[in-house]
Amino acid sequence: MGAAVRFDYALILSRLPDILSALGVTIGVWIASLIGATAIGFGVAVARRFGPRPVDAVLLGYVELFRGTPFLVQLFLLYFGGPYAGLSLDALPAGLLALSVYGGAYFSEVFRAGFEAVPRGHVEAAECAGFSRGQIIRRILLPEMAVLVLPAGVNTAVSLLKDTAVLSVITVPELTLTVSALGTEFYAFVEALFLLALGYWGLVEIAAALGRIAEHRLARFRFSA
Amino acid sequence: MTSAISIRHVSKAFGQTEVLHGIDLEIPAGAATCVIGPSGSGKSTLLRCLAFLEEADSGVIEVFGDPLGFTEDASGRRARLPAAKVRAVRAGIGMVFQQFNLWPHMTALGNVSEALKQVRRLPRKEAEDRAMAQLRRIGLEARAGYYPSQLSGGQQQRVAIARALALEPKIMLFDEATASLDPELTGEVLNVMRDLAAEGMTMVIVTHEIGFAATVGKLIAFLDHGRVLLAGGPQQVFGKPRHPRIEQFLDTYLDRGAAMLV
Repeated sequence: MGAAVRFDYALILSRLPDILSALGVTIGVWIASLIGATAIGFGVAVARRFGPRPVDAVLLGYVELFRGTPFLVQLFLLYFGGPYAGLSLDALPAGLLALSVYGGAYFSEVFRAGFEAVPRGHVEAAECAGFSRGQIIRRILLPEMAVLVLPAGVNTAVSLLKDTAVLSVITVPELTLTVSALGTEFYAFVEALFLLALGYWGLVEIAAALGRIAEHRLARFRFSA
Repeated sequence: MTSAISIRHVSKAFGQTEVLHGIDLEIPAGAATCVIGPSGSGKSTLLRCLAFLEEADSGVIEVFGDPLGFTEDASGRRARLPAAKVRAVRAGIGMVFQQFNLWPHMTALGNVSEALKQVRRLPRKEAEDRAMAQLRRIGLEARAGYYPSQLSGGQQQRVAIARALALEPKIMLFDEATASLDPELTGEVLNVMRDLAAEGMTMVIVTHEIGFAATVGKLIAFLDHGRVLLAGGPQQVFGKPRHPRIEQFLDTYLDRGAAMLV
């Protein structure tokens, strides 16, 4: 008892190339699922705002379901349950699909709030000038909303980054799976987990900093309502 | 005098609240019509019906003879016009809002040229030349590259006027265009509107600036509780003897620049 824990990173770091390639997988998975999730989220938000009422009800169900259940359970259901429904996916595509659909539910709420925050009058001014609905979405709502939802969007993106770690349970060779396997291999669990935490934290800080730069650059487009 | 807009028995309710009760009004072409009246009298709703931002529940609005949005047959059955037809009639109407409603992510030049590019499909260069001409007209050429957040309220509203004028409307609608401006900024906007009236633009102006209405309006329509209480020339509406309701209304404006009328 009370023996000093000896942190030894040398062994783990001797496998730096493996760690870096796993880091690459994590970043790749994150960016791909971020693109998927924002696309799904935007589509859902547009359909709910401009589509017929039944569409809104169905999509509300999607949002509630995917926000109301743990991502881990969703992932297991897709990966292990999918084959029963004729959907057999490898670990990586299954992970990307699950993350995109899960993140899409959150992003759709971010975009929905963004649509609502754009003053009605800005849309009315475009209607009076003869804009079509598509032009209003592309030229007015989307750019105005982008400024308004940036902080919430960065938050959601950061959450998604951390959720990529869950893909380790279906053997996607990302950072968590790789580093914790090294911890097992070298009997250095604590060091491995500590490194892992540092790694994610670093990524999150970089993402947040990028978000702040974007916010700063877009600040002049802000309006006082 | 030909009518630019014929408003015939237009009614509008929001839920249980009836805002307009069978409005009849002929808006003369080539002149300024000022719509005045107490808050909640339905002035803005009427103007928004003319811009087709609100759809009247009954009655007909005709713009230079073309029905706006709906037609009504002799038995009062309403039929919605096809979207292309609605768009064609609306294209002749420009709207200026109390809250300016400039698009914050575009410069002054961008705001004025955007519809020329998107809706009129003009090449970028030509759209921006035309937009610049409009900015020159309102004296804001030097502010072309500024974003709305970098402009004063009065400047923003002038850009909003230029944005509407760039589409060369036959009719301009103003919804309390100076109501959200500091008193010292209203003058520059009213001057632009006065110049437009002098050029013979057909304008419908909802305003609380009674002095402005009395000097610029060829026709004054006084709305009260969703009805046109009185419509006529400035002399008819403001000259003595006055309708007691107007007398009472003006009393509340004596300290707001309308003393000249007494």
